[in-house]
Amino acid sequence: MENQDHSQHPFEPTRDELPLRSNYHFELDRRKFFKIAGGGLIVAFVLKDLVSFADNDSLAESPSIAAGDVDAWIHIGKDGMVSVYTGKVEVGKNIRTSLSQIVSEELMVSLSSIKMIMGDTDLVPYDAGTFGSRTTPQMGTQLRKAAATARQALIEIAAKKWNSQATGLNTENGAVVNTVTKEKIGYGELANGQKLMMTISDTVPVIGAKDWKVAGRSIPKIDQRNFISGKHIYVSDMKLPGMLYGKVLRAPSYGSKLIDADLAVAKNIPGVVVVKDGDFIGVAAPDIKTATKALQSINAKWEEKKEHPSNSTIFGYLLKNPAGETSGRNSGTTNGDVERGLTEADFKHAVTYNIHYIAHVPLEPRAAVAEWVDGKLTAWTGTQRPFGVQEELAEVFRMDKKNIRVIMPDTGSGYGGKHSGETAIEAARLAKEAKKPVKVVWTREEEFTWAYFRPGGVIEVNAGVKKDGTLTAWKFINYNSGGAALDTLYKVGNKQVAHVRSNSPLRQGSYRGLAAPANVFARECHMDDLARLIKMDPLEFRIKNLEDDRLITVLRSAAQNFGWNVSKTKDHGHGIACGFDKGGYVGTCAEIKVNGDKEIKIVRITQAFECGAIINPHHLENQVMGSIVQGLGGALFEAIEFANGKILNSSLSAYRVPRFSDIPKIVIVLIDRKDLPSAGAGEAAIIGIAPAIRNAIMDATGKALNELPMLPNGSLA
Amino acid sequence: MVLNVNGAMHEVTVDPDVALLTVLRDYLNLTGSKYGCGEGACGACTVLINGNPTRSCITSAGTATNKEIITIEGLEKNRKLPPVQEAFLSTDAFQCSYCAPGMIMTVVALLKKNPAPNDDAIVKAMNGNICRCGTYPYILKAIQLAAKP
Repeated sequence: MENQDHSQHPFEPTRDELPLRSNYHFELDRRKFFKIAGGGLIVAFVLKDLVSFADNDSLAESPSIAAGDVDAWIHIGKDGMVSVYTGKVEVGKNIRTSLSQIVSEELMVSLSSIKMIMGDTDLVPYDAGTFGSRTTPQMGTQLRKAAATARQALIEIAAKKWNSQATGLNTENGAVVNTVTKEKIGYGELANGQKLMMTISDTVPVIGAKDWKVAGRSIPKIDQRNFISGKHIYVSDMKLPGMLYGKVLRAPSYGSKLIDADLAVAKNIPGVVVVKDGDFIGVAAPDIKTATKALQSINAKWEEKKEHPSNSTIFGYLLKNPAGETSGRNSGTTNGDVERGLTEADFKHAVTYNIHYIAHVPLEPRAAVAEWVDGKLTAWTGTQRPFGVQEELAEVFRMDKKNIRVIMPDTGSGYGGKHSGETAIEAARLAKEAKKPVKVVWTREEEFTWAYFRPGGVIEVNAGVKKDGTLTAWKFINYNSGGAALDTLYKVGNKQVAHVRSNSPLRQGSYRGLAAPANVFARECHMDDLARLIKMDPLEFRIKNLEDDRLITVLRSAAQNFGWNVSKTKDHGHGIACGFDKGGYVGTCAEIKVNGDKEIKIVRITQAFECGAIINPHHLENQVMGSIVQGLGGALFEAIEFANGKILNSSLSAYRVPRFSDIPKIVIVLIDRKDLPSAGAGEAAIIGIAPAIRNAIMDATGKALNELPMLPNGSLA
Repeated sequence: MVLNVNGAMHEVTVDPDVALLTVLRDYLNLTGSKYGCGEGACGACTVLINGNPTRSCITSAGTATNKEIITIEGLEKNRKLPPVQEAFLSTDAFQCSYCAPGMIMTVVALLKKNPAPNDDAIVKAMNGNICRCGTYPYILKAIQLAAKP
């Protein structure tokens, strides 16, 4: 389909996995903040320290803040409620909980008096999106400072009120306390009648991790009761008065052109609205059965594209269809002379690793409800990028963003797969015609076919090593899979590392860890093979060539907790791998068993993980667990099958994802570095699992499985 | 048709071949049961029909008349959650939680039939339910907790 979808949905996630923030700098009227939040105290985080809090002893409002500079803001109302406004969204990683913990800690208020307002483009400041493991290190840090600033401001207000020095005042449980007189005044009372707005100073003191009381604890998921009793309203659950159910006509294969469509029958069904606009044909009806019937009645003629690669020809296709080397971030590096390094080696080893396309399979498929009122569009949709969807809608409907509101209720997961706004566009187009709200929920088949995939790719690795374990050459070329975690973490004088883009026949985009699971797979398999060539223990070989102490620590920790040096049972194999991505360090060990019929069983996994100071131990462990389990799928059996421009396994009975019976014994070791800033944890923990299993299979059988997934049929036979 | 859902009789005007899941969600506003696959392969739509865990996405509403249907919304009594849900609460098992209602309904049916299942029995009963966030070990823990005497 050659970029067809990219033009429809202009954001292509991997091209700018971390898009630059918008460049708008219109003046932000402080009245807007107070209009949203009501009177009280507001601390807005800004990138630049426009008005230093320290210099602003009168607590006067800042003259103006450029809207593009605000990242998040905190409001304290006269009822003492603390409202936190952020463009981040809850995809299931429980950031609603961890960000609340951070604010609670710094502001010294109970969790129950904190409300997180997330991902509503009318209420929260611009945010590029919730991806790239950036919420904790960036938004977390900003909110920490904003909360600390608000706390300082409340002390100042209390000092004025009491005519005392701020130094003698402290805060506890939502109140300022005079440590001498024991007088106490609640935040709400202090904020009452104020219309105070300030920016934060970068130098505001924050509480160190070792003194945390609320952060650092396993606080349960906020609103958990609603989720486990079916009361949380996901977008697919929404129902607005008069709402219609929408369906969209899909092409028979990628790249098809609509020639003609007979809409007459559909149009005659009572209550049905039919829209044809360019290649888009959709219907909306008072119930889903009628909508489906109307869609099926449409007789459409398509001109199908003739030549398509399939998953059996894809790797050659990707190599033969380059789209140029990447530039900038993740583009690779060249040091020394790889050819010379190879001649200096005692052993050389060249392998091509193949990576199949896989699907995210968020259990809640894409869904949106759209409504037009007086020319203003509101779209509720499950997306990791509400502001990105707002931009897509503005472009498609050629309208001003200020007339578009995108709201993201906590969604049924994403894993990097919900960056785009297809359903919002479709629902909005139908709603515009129907003059009624319209809901579009993709079927599983639509989600498998018309969303985007984790890119397939080919990774060529050629390396040289001396008998003593010194690496002499490292050549690592990634075709199409992506540039994340591309570079080696091992010492080597001569290296060439590059990512070459291909013209992908399938629409591709972000995925948990982006290309890191693929690149770490290739690197860690290759390192294991090199260790085997020189008959050195794979753990020892890695440590000899690593420089990063944090990586060495997780690797050692995984090995120790796993029992790396313990002797193995017959037909069992042990494998090890390590890696770093987006602030997270991971070491993974795996034990596998080969049964008589060459069936491979994963016996157990031990994974050590470190991402700085831990904010919520249970939720962190749960993220690491989720990464391991999702990683098992991509490692062992997940692959998109396609041919003739069609997805051949577009259902959950055909595309296998990990289930209960696939889960081995899993031990997770979390290393809490209270001396280091917290990093995100939703992605890096996925990178170690595939190579650890591959190396364990190699250990037991001598068979190198260099393609992901490794065991689509569960067996080596 | 008349459907007996969570102990109440509901008169619904709908073709009997429409999926029970659609009737529950779109007609009775019981949106706790979720759509995940439409082919009974993920378990997100699981409800109890006469006590048996049933995939409501592949069950036509017409076949569910004169039977007792229980959805996730029907578990709570007088604002009190049954022990199964309490066990999930204290385990804090889920991430996005979209699979939670279907998981919990399957567990309710399992424990009714087998109040003290071993791990193999749990895996066998739960294997039709997908948690794409991969929280299976915590779900298992919650079931073990709920099964404790």
